[in-house]
Amino acid sequence: MYHKEKSIPIKNSASALYNNLGVLRIAPRRLTYFTVVHANVVNMVSSSWDGLDCSHRQLQSKEPNVATSASLIMQAAFCSLQSRELLVVTSQKGIQMYESDGSIMVYWHALDTPETTTAQAVFARGISAVPENYICVGVSSGSILVFDVPSKGTNISLSEVLDEHKESITDMASECSGSQECIADLVSADDGGNLCVWKSGEEFQLLHKIHGFDMSCSSVKLWKGTVVAGYGTGQIRLYEAVTGILHAEVNAHARWINSLDIAPFSGLLLSAAEDSLVRVWHLNLTPETNSVEIAHLHNECVTDTQICGAKFCDNDGYAFAVTGYDLGEIIRYTQT
Amino acid sequence: MSSRTLPLLFINLGGEMLYILDQRLRAQNIPADKAKKVMNDIITTMFNKKFLEELFKPQELYSKKALRTVFDRLAHASIMRLNQASMDKLYDLMTMAFKYQVLLCPRPKDILLVSFNHMDAIKDFVKDTPSILGQVDETYQQLIEMYTPMCSGEFQLIRQTLLIFFQDMHIRVSIFLKDKVQNSNGRFVLPISGPVPHGTQVPGLIRMFSCTGEEVNRLKFTNGGNYAAATREGSFEIFGDRVTKLGTNMYSVSRPVETHMSGASKNSAQNAKVNAAPNPLAKEELNLLAKLMGRLEDPNPANTESGFRVNLFATDEEEEEALISRPDELSYGVIKIQATKDLQANAELAKIMGEFTVSGDQSPSASSKGDDLLAMMDGL
Repeated sequence: MYHKEKSIPIKNSASALYNNLGVLRIAPRRLTYFTVVHANVVNMVSSSWDGLDCSHRQLQSKEPNVATSASLIMQAAFCSLQSRELLVVTSQKGIQMYESDGSIMVYWHALDTPETTTAQAVFARGISAVPENYICVGVSSGSILVFDVPSKGTNISLSEVLDEHKESITDMASECSGSQECIADLVSADDGGNLCVWKSGEEFQLLHKIHGFDMSCSSVKLWKGTVVAGYGTGQIRLYEAVTGILHAEVNAHARWINSLDIAPFSGLLLSAAEDSLVRVWHLNLTPETNSVEIAHLHNECVTDTQICGAKFCDNDGYAFAVTGYDLGEIIRYTQT
Repeated sequence: MSSRTLPLLFINLGGEMLYILDQRLRAQNIPADKAKKVMNDIITTMFNKKFLEELFKPQELYSKKALRTVFDRLAHASIMRLNQASMDKLYDLMTMAFKYQVLLCPRPKDILLVSFNHMDAIKDFVKDTPSILGQVDETYQQLIEMYTPMCSGEFQLIRQTLLIFFQDMHIRVSIFLKDKVQNSNGRFVLPISGPVPHGTQVPGLIRMFSCTGEEVNRLKFTNGGNYAAATREGSFEIFGDRVTKLGTNMYSVSRPVETHMSGASKNSAQNAKVNAAPNPLAKEELNLLAKLMGRLEDPNPANTESGFRVNLFATDEEEEEALISRPDELSYGVIKIQATKDLQANAELAKIMGEFTVSGDQSPSASSKGDDLLAMMDGL
């Protein structure tokens, strides 16, 4: 179904983190941007579609105006809003937002870090754009910061703090089908496996809370009102977002799942774990019967690699890219 | 990232160090009483109360340089001496072994079982010495108190923090190559077979449910591997079967260890640049641990009556050769610190150090034996 393409080399190897691959397709320029986190650096690669040109850039985590020790980055992700795209980088010190090519930092939000180190780690993790104009970022305390983003310029502001989760946020995702009919706009996941489903607005509204089973949910997606959640046990679960009804349970991987992605036009689902496997599935939603089906389509094994990031490179799922711990390249696959 | 990582890093690396030293002491036929003294002195230092108090405080991980300095001191806490090349090799082996264990742990929580395997072995090394045994038992308690309440996500954060510490280390270890757990490019073999972790199901089943919760369909798929159901869970108590073999002693007198320096990845030079930015805080805060250990350096360097040298290589020539040919990017750049100077500069530290003594005895009749031993070592 898929075959391996030429890999893209990156300046540093990928660190073992959840969801450690960002992808942004720039159709007008026939380019794709990739981001891979290595300790306190974000490696950005801009790759032309013909595979011939590759340019690199590195962004460092830092706290402006303060000379300080290196701070580790937890995640880097592209946020596509109606009129602009930003690259959001979350670390132990705070949240940085850049123009999508990484050229200029447009916003910095510092986390409240205590004077002396506490037992509870402090960091930001979990990034999602929520159309029309919000970017949501999770924090280790369980809080979710909602930022209001104007259509251009640097006048980004913190609009709201959502305090529903009691455990560290792991990942967040917004409804990606583009459908106007969906009620739920955002899902957030935490270390206890709890999932919160939200409706966006001036004040975000909690629609439903799905309780976890004491196992971290490291990656989550929301598509056509269905939450797709990947867990540390290697299981994937599909829930109806607004009601919390469990549609399906998949014993998908033999190790911790680090990344999920959905190709919204085709309903293809990508899952990747520390067991070296990337799996492609198909989601089939029948609105009349309110049923959700999931079928397994394909496996790719990245030998001797614990995969930490996997994403489709386009909305149809024609191609996908993969990163792994200690791997100095982005591996790509396209449909045969 | 996780502020709870350092104790696990230290205890596991310390455990590996003891396995290796124990093997070398026996391979070089060091007399049993001298060997025992070395092991006891090192273990006593590792589990000193004040030292552990400092270790268990919430803090970020030390840099590689800083941690190497701590282990330099630890290795020299007794009458044994190691040359630079041997110390480098010792540290390479320790770190690659623990990296292997962290990577291969089926669940992040299993790192605690690996730690208990190291602790169990350490306990066995000092089973005849009740005073040290007491310190070790207390450490078990501290580990259990701190780590058993942690959730899976917190353990994964600890694991991710450790993996950043070990990032891009691909030194080839001959015992790993022989056992086929490491490839010739220095990367570890990650099998897609064997038992799944405790709490995980064998991949291959899809279950679909109706709105009322009834299972309406079951589908199977090929998982591409060769998995079996999980084995029983190891014990997280002071005593018990840990089940996993990770963290147990893989060395014996008949399995010598060599490392191949050419395993450095081409990215390592780049990484060195990124991570080498001097950390202004590091030199100060970091060496609290090194300082605590510095006190144990022989206050009278001329007194080498019981001292002897251990070589991690087969011959002295090999050791010299290894020092000369070690690639730059793999040098640890150990920070030189003068313990006495720092002591004087800090009265508080001096007070703590006063409480930090090893009850080392030097048997009066050892002098002639010591000379013979040194002569013997030189002749090896």
